[in-house]
Amino acid sequence: MISKEQVEHMAKLARIELTDQEKEKFTKELSSILDYIDKLNKVDTSNIERVEQITGLEGVVRKDEVPKFKDAETRNKILEEAPERKGDYIKVPKILD
Amino acid sequence: MKLENLTIESANRGLIKKEFSCIELTRAYLDKIKKENKELNDFLSITEKLALEQAENVDNKISKREKIGILEGIPIAIKDNILVKDYIVTAGSKILEKYKAPYDAFVVERLKEVGVIIVGKTNLDEFAMGSSTENSAFGVVKNPYDKTRVAGGSSGGSAVAVAANHCLGALGSDTGGSIRQPAAFCGVVGFKPSYGMVSRNGLIAMASSLDQIGPIAKTVNDVKLIFDVIRGKDDLDSTTIKAPKFQVQNSKQVQGAKSQFPNSKIGIPKEYFAEGLDSGVKEEIQKVIKNFENIGFEFVEINLPNPEYALAAYYIIMPAEVSANLARYDGIKYGYSTIKISKLKTQNLMDNYLKTRAEGFGSEARRRIILGTYVLSMGYKDAYYNKAQKVRALIKKDFEKVFSPSANGVDFIIAPTTPAPAFKMGEKTDPLSMYLSDIYTVTANLAGLPAISIPCCKGKGLPVGFQIIGSQFKDDLVLEAAYTYEQINLE
Repeated sequence: MISKEQVEHMAKLARIELTDQEKEKFTKELSSILDYIDKLNKVDTSNIERVEQITGLEGVVRKDEVPKFKDAETRNKILEEAPERKGDYIKVPKILD
Repeated sequence: MKLENLTIESANRGLIKKEFSCIELTRAYLDKIKKENKELNDFLSITEKLALEQAENVDNKISKREKIGILEGIPIAIKDNILVKDYIVTAGSKILEKYKAPYDAFVVERLKEVGVIIVGKTNLDEFAMGSSTENSAFGVVKNPYDKTRVAGGSSGGSAVAVAANHCLGALGSDTGGSIRQPAAFCGVVGFKPSYGMVSRNGLIAMASSLDQIGPIAKTVNDVKLIFDVIRGKDDLDSTTIKAPKFQVQNSKQVQGAKSQFPNSKIGIPKEYFAEGLDSGVKEEIQKVIKNFENIGFEFVEINLPNPEYALAAYYIIMPAEVSANLARYDGIKYGYSTIKISKLKTQNLMDNYLKTRAEGFGSEARRRIILGTYVLSMGYKDAYYNKAQKVRALIKKDFEKVFSPSANGVDFIIAPTTPAPAFKMGEKTDPLSMYLSDIYTVTANLAGLPAISIPCCKGKGLPVGFQIIGSQFKDDLVLEAAYTYEQINLE
């Protein structure tokens, strides 16, 4: 079970605006999904450690050097995707008042 | 040149013998796509310019009497969550509707190196979330066997592209069954490699500990040919491993087949054949089992934990990872955005985040992000996410027990792919009922195992597929088992 207030709070944390109708709908749907998920409570996990990484890898690192980066053309393509751009900068709305 | 009769191998032979040129072959496929895509909706974009350029290169090589590789000149389609440089990649979402890929995914680089012809980007459920393609922002993909039914998902476009002879092979991605389920619904072969076998560099991430790219094609051999090109360690994906190739003699004789397998034992998980499985599907899989029995394999009933627990664990872990991976779509650096610097006086950052994501994401994506946020949130993380990761460890352990060579374990497992054949469009309106179609496929993703879906009972109504699941990194053994089944049924 999840309450409408919890759905509202989660949506805010996830930075997604929901209409009132959507809040109702999601509350119902997520409650039913969480009810299904609750069956995990029946599983005895007292003697097992959680999976950290499924192939057992740990601390995979690369050399501490600047990788051969993409050419200027690719850099430009990446920057071109920004909604508002000025040269090598991406313009954003103000963060501080 | 009848496209319905071609496989990768036969098309390659045709090119070498000059029965047709690569341009002719490519145009034939492009024409068929253009003719049928309006109805089937399997392609989101047709990369015609690229395909014709690639085809010309291959024809030049052939005219200069240069030797061509087995995949050279072969039309392949790419799921639209895998980046092909300079072409739009949408992930089936409005939030990336106009986004152009600045680079090639590792797997695409590999395919280009061996000379394949990339014909287009295929339709999918938004961000690979779904089991039908009904969640695509660009319309559903129709099943060519019955156009009132779904193609399956999320790689529905790729599966249909192969089934409808729009290409000779396609790449899909599989997080909880998204290659295998549409392959089963569309009567084609779909393979999900072991986690770590294929680089995810250039794959738009959904759930990073579960996603894998894999091939879809008409035959097991065609699937293997594509897999052999895309597999391998990639420095840009630190989860890829250098797995040794399991050497099989690949004997084309069915009778000698069982000697390829260390124990000649196949596991049948009784929990996967219980209530919830369509009786018609169950019957077809019993016939598959008989096929293997007739050539000397021994069957062992095995215990795998109730698949419902796996599904529950999956629907905690996957949304959790989704909520993290989709946080990047904020309208700042790329994609759909409500930001208008000219309107700075009336807009602030928070409003832009809230609106961009509300307008850019479809309901399933938003549903899973919110669910994922919840199961990771303070006060709930332990009960949900940590619990699910422990259950995941149990699932992995159960498979290890079953496959254990020291305990005279099985070589591979046979199971259904889906509870029933393709369902009707609009039939599963309740999200939970849609999730239940993943019940037999999620375990292989949770445990990181190789799994393939192969069609059985062709020619009788809706396609049915069955799964072969193998132990971690024994991908070649799984492919060999699948190949053996195909050979049995050729005779």
